[in-house]
Amino acid sequence: MDLHGLQTQHDNLIQSMFYEGMLDSQFAQIQVLQDASNPNFVMEVITIFCNDAERIMLELNNYLGQQDVDFNKLNGLVHQLKGSSSSIGAQHLKLACIDLQQASEDKNKERCQQALNIIAHKYCLLRSKFRTLIQLEKAISAFATNQQLLDSKYIDGSA
Amino acid sequence: MGMATETQFHVLAVDDSLIDRKLIEKLLKTSSYQVTTVDSGTKALEFLGLHEDDQSNPNTSSVFPNNHQEVEVNLIITDYCMPGMTGYDLLRKIKESSSLRNIPVVIMSSENVPSRINRCLEEGAEEFFLKPVRLSDVNRLKPHIMKTKLKDHVIISTDQKQENEEEDDDDESGKPVLQSQEEHQQRQQQQHQQQQQQHHHQHSNSNKRKAMEEGLSPDRTRPRYNGVTTVV
Repeated sequence: MDLHGLQTQHDNLIQSMFYEGMLDSQFAQIQVLQDASNPNFVMEVITIFCNDAERIMLELNNYLGQQDVDFNKLNGLVHQLKGSSSSIGAQHLKLACIDLQQASEDKNKERCQQALNIIAHKYCLLRSKFRTLIQLEKAISAFATNQQLLDSKYIDGSA
Repeated sequence: MGMATETQFHVLAVDDSLIDRKLIEKLLKTSSYQVTTVDSGTKALEFLGLHEDDQSNPNTSSVFPNNHQEVEVNLIITDYCMPGMTGYDLLRKIKESSSLRNIPVVIMSSENVPSRINRCLEEGAEEFFLKPVRLSDVNRLKPHIMKTKLKDHVIISTDQKQENEEEDDDDESGKPVLQSQEEHQQRQQQQHQQQQQQHHHQHSNSNKRKAMEEGLSPDRTRPRYNGVTTVV
């Protein structure tokens, strides 16, 4: 596939995520911040987000698995996940967190479990798309670099 | 990079969330600030060179190795919700310190809680930003930094004048001449915008994001809290 094709795939993927409501305009803000001085910014933010989210979800699972659920701790953790989701523009995930927060405030263990399941599901969908996105970005970046090298060789070669 | 003519202001950003630290750092660097990030209020105070005993000796200059005077901080931006020392606690400690109280402090929070916002403003915070913080928010920091810089040279405080002035837009007396025309206009615009927003929460302004956000309430349009309006 050529550079144009890769770029189109990349843009379409992001567009679809916006269209579905998986991402909101905060993600667009992050894209805007990526520049020549920091060409991997989006990838880095996504990576930080995913690591953080997975850590929190594991902890949530642990707390929810207890006999006596500590809803305060639970709430604190969801708050963190909601914050991270909001910061990266992961809209669906953020909304799912709000549901868990509500269930936690109502101290309803069953609803908490349901809400956490939905969060896990939403996160999986998101992560999958993020992974594809990162692969595409890397491919585009590699392609562009190669192309530059090839171009410069060609120019030097022609006399 | 030559530093001869251009002053780079230094902002200390405090947030326990790694992703938020990364974002705020980028936002600030993009806006040409020098940035230091720390993950807690305690570390922030350490960086600023403030230790517990400083409180009792307001007139002695500290001789700790981490003396904040070596590293000038022009503005502190801190998250509100942090484990241990909250942003509010940090704000109070800064305002209680004779050596640090002149540094402008801005609070960030993901929650829009009017009582919380008012409390911070009353304690001396310059502004309150709703997260996620945007470039447009960071663009509002300069006047606060400049105001503090000017305080050293100018006796009349701009704030008081602007608070009183509702109709006197033409009255230029009392405004420090050191403030550039651009900044002055910007400040006037912001004040005007704030007044408008307080009356029309759903009124569109240039800070609104595009229509890609579906299902978010109009309240999400970040009311600016500089004056004090309690919404119950």
